[in-house]
Amino acid sequence: MRTRFQQQMEELREKLLRMGGMAELAVDRACQAYTERDLGRCQLVLENESLINAAEREIDEMAFDILATQQPAATDLRFILAVTKINADLERVGDQAVNIAERVMDMIELPTVELPVDIARMATAVSAMVRRALESFVEGKAELAQAVLEMDHVVDRMRDEAFIMLVRKMNDEPQVTQQALDALLVARNLERVADHATNISEDVIFWVLGADVRHHAQSAASASLLPDTRKQ
Amino acid sequence: MGVGIIVEQLNAFYGKTQALFDINLNVAANHATALIGPSGCGKSTFIRCLNRMHETIPEARVEGKVLIGEFSVYNGTSATQLRRRVGMVFQKPNPFPTMSIYDNVAAGLKLNGFRNRRQLDEIVEKSLNSSALWDEVKDSLHKKSGASLSGGQQQRLCIARALAVQPEVLLMDEPCSALDPISTGKIEELIFQLKEQYTIVIVTHNMQQAARVAEFTGFFLLGKMIEFDKTEKVFTNPSDKRTEDYVTGRFG
Repeated sequence: MRTRFQQQMEELREKLLRMGGMAELAVDRACQAYTERDLGRCQLVLENESLINAAEREIDEMAFDILATQQPAATDLRFILAVTKINADLERVGDQAVNIAERVMDMIELPTVELPVDIARMATAVSAMVRRALESFVEGKAELAQAVLEMDHVVDRMRDEAFIMLVRKMNDEPQVTQQALDALLVARNLERVADHATNISEDVIFWVLGADVRHHAQSAASASLLPDTRKQ
Repeated sequence: MGVGIIVEQLNAFYGKTQALFDINLNVAANHATALIGPSGCGKSTFIRCLNRMHETIPEARVEGKVLIGEFSVYNGTSATQLRRRVGMVFQKPNPFPTMSIYDNVAAGLKLNGFRNRRQLDEIVEKSLNSSALWDEVKDSLHKKSGASLSGGQQQRLCIARALAVQPEVLLMDEPCSALDPISTGKIEELIFQLKEQYTIVIVTHNMQQAARVAEFTGFFLLGKMIEFDKTEKVFTNPSDKRTEDYVTGRFG
């Protein structure tokens, strides 16, 4: 048993989970800021971005050290590769939260108008995707990750619907174009967060099953390497 | 050129103790195949069964079938005939200490009655070139003894000695375990080049070495072949949990 190595791997896992928590919180805060037009939450998101960026560097550095000094193989190697990729996706999730917060700060300056989109519902779906993607990582369960991949289609549809409705609104009521455009961009940011949650889930599947399901190469369910088929 | 090796239902014994259990394996010609596993798992016993060195130990015996190309190892052929086809390099370099570098390389051929000096010169040069040692020793072939070389050079001299009899298969039993990283790198580079002409089977405790030099890897445990697959599969996504536990350092 490589005790030091196992300690390093556990430490890396904990660091990524802490970063995941920060990214998840950033998205939730940004979405709440949108629905409640809350400038304070926007500022919190902006302030915490630097912590997420620092965590990204720290995780990459640690993964790099482990690769250089421990030469991991098999599931450990896949884990570290997955961590470095999830790390990058979480940092991008943080960036999207910042984009939403900045958009909200612009919106707060404008008069409130009724818009034909339910951003809150989309935000709830996206937050759930991020949370479940991180749960799949915590529990090392490909089934949970696969469920996230399926949720991505739902969010894509929500984004498409929002685009149609908001463009129509801008045509019908040009005086609310700025607010509609802000909402449209928030919908786009949320859809990008969902894409990152999807990437994270794909990386979890790669780590757990050794199957590459990116770009619909194969589904986790069809991967021939499901854990229960392994000889014990 | 190298030839394939077919092993069927191979069992090996030391007296009443069974060391290998029903090993079945196809080694691809002109490729490097690595055998890994914890100490005492049977990988060295296995490799020694391929050139009948196992039977040099009192009370040791082998059951099963081994084909080196078309040549049946355990079907009445002599060990001498076999070992002309199957060269071997050991853990510790073992040049003949009293012989010159030249005579070390030519020893196998001379033992087989080869006396043509001009051809011997050509084969010695070719073998030392193949083992990437020629440039370092060409000016002292007759002046220096094999034992005067560094450890890494001695091991490459042993490889040249094995190659001089023009084998089809080269067995390497932990060839780098006594060498520093630079010499190890040279031997690994050599393995990469040699497999164009020879079939190489290498036993190693260094898993990174197996991953670097071999296209195929077999994992042995308690005398059984647990898994045999392409090297990248064994080291990135093995099929058997015991292989996974070994390559990730969870035991062994």
